[in-house]
Amino acid sequence: MSVNALRRSPGPSAQPLAATASSVATRDIHFAFGRNQVLRGVDLEVKGGTAACIIGPSGSGKSTLLRCLNRLLEPDRGEVSIGGKSVMGDDPDVLRQRVGMVFQHFNLFPHRSVVANITLGLRKLRGLSHDEAEATALTQLDRVGLRHKAQVRPGTLSGGQQQRVAIARALAMAPQVMLFDEATSALDPELVKGVLATMADLAGEGMTMLVVTHEMGFARGVADAVHFMDRGQIVESGPPDQLFEAASSRRLQQFLSQVL
Amino acid sequence: MDILRTLRETFLDFDAMGQALPELIRVGLPNTLILALCSAVLGTVAGMLLAISGLSGSRWLRWPARVYTDIFRGLPAAVTILLIGVGLAPLGLAIWGPNPYPLGILALSLIASAYIGEIFRSGIQSVESGQLEAARALGFSRSMGMRLVVIPQGVRRVLPALVNQFISLVKDSSLVYFLGLLAAQRDLFRIGQDQAANTGNESALLLAGLFYLVITVPLTHVVNYIDSRLRSGRRGDGNDGADTGEDALVFAAHTREEL
Repeated sequence: MSVNALRRSPGPSAQPLAATASSVATRDIHFAFGRNQVLRGVDLEVKGGTAACIIGPSGSGKSTLLRCLNRLLEPDRGEVSIGGKSVMGDDPDVLRQRVGMVFQHFNLFPHRSVVANITLGLRKLRGLSHDEAEATALTQLDRVGLRHKAQVRPGTLSGGQQQRVAIARALAMAPQVMLFDEATSALDPELVKGVLATMADLAGEGMTMLVVTHEMGFARGVADAVHFMDRGQIVESGPPDQLFEAASSRRLQQFLSQVL
Repeated sequence: MDILRTLRETFLDFDAMGQALPELIRVGLPNTLILALCSAVLGTVAGMLLAISGLSGSRWLRWPARVYTDIFRGLPAAVTILLIGVGLAPLGLAIWGPNPYPLGILALSLIASAYIGEIFRSGIQSVESGQLEAARALGFSRSMGMRLVVIPQGVRRVLPALVNQFISLVKDSSLVYFLGLLAAQRDLFRIGQDQAANTGNESALLLAGLFYLVITVPLTHVVNYIDSRLRSGRRGDGNDGADTGEDALVFAAHTREEL
């Protein structure tokens, strides 16, 4: 079964996400770790309700770019807009409640049960009651097929299950945008598909997604647009077919010849 | 055989023990427990504040915490207890009257907090940076993320070291005898020691020692229990999680059928 086959197939528990999904744009983002200039003017546009994959060699700034989008890292220069409005003046903590993020190493809270991982933000940030939060959490666990694991500690789950819980945790906050930072890179090969299927479902439901990935099959099958990043800039953008079949820049051709 | 008899008379004079026993139970044990418990609570609270200060982004919090820790971890316990208990005695007299316990507890807490602060700090620092990052990505402020996610994990990891510190505290509490104790203020050690001086043998002190063991040995087992539980907890990604991504695929397949 290919990831492609899963494209655009709303799940049984699908809620209408498209209504809240917002566009994302960056203008001239610069970011440096000390003297190491990581981002050198990134311009990016992702339409609301579409999935964009960001590909490129290690160290090209993909993960740093994602962290600038929710201001986990504060860009030195440039602007991030969500839904057409700049977020640079917003309270970063409030901004991050609107932008979900999924990490390479899941980063679930190991001292709390699966369901408590999800309810924490709902209760403490959204002010939901225990029961309300739990109901929302269980709905999201249903979406990723892990409702039966609600009461266990994350440490007892496989990597693939943990990552799906992490996705449910981010979705429970009803984000307008989802960021995926190499969400399958730390998984054993046989667990990758399950997580990609969950992500494909989400794209099918119309979530705005920015996906940093090394999974070229996913980029090709699920993404609406692919952006190739190298040395802190976006070198080439376009629909997946165009980028994979007819790369125009030499650097992208080189990159593809190495990974495909 | 003379040596054996001498040893028996020195350590196993049951009459001497019998005379000391009621006082050890009625006076010494409660006093030792009061000293140890109060300074454990105060030392833990102050230790947490020290750890948080020591990890703060502000040097105005970090440096005082550093200096404090260096001083009270570096001084011999007897020196600190005498400096505080005798040095501040006029102040203590004005506030609490002729009772050396408040200052004794203060001195023990100062020492304990320096060690406990370092224990907490190492525990908190051992939590992967991804934990705070994930909390912040959900929208938690730095301080909320620390309080709800990072610190609980860090503390859990150092519980065995913390209990070890409590064991030290029970033992160090005997040093308050330096401050001069009225009859009703004597702790286990002092009662054993007084009785030993009266009878000319060490039996009562040995009995006092047994009382300390009754407190500390169970604590060491608490350490071992926590330690093994923490270990098995971390080993938990075995059988239960033997998932091959299957349920997600089943789920996804089910999804398509419904279309």
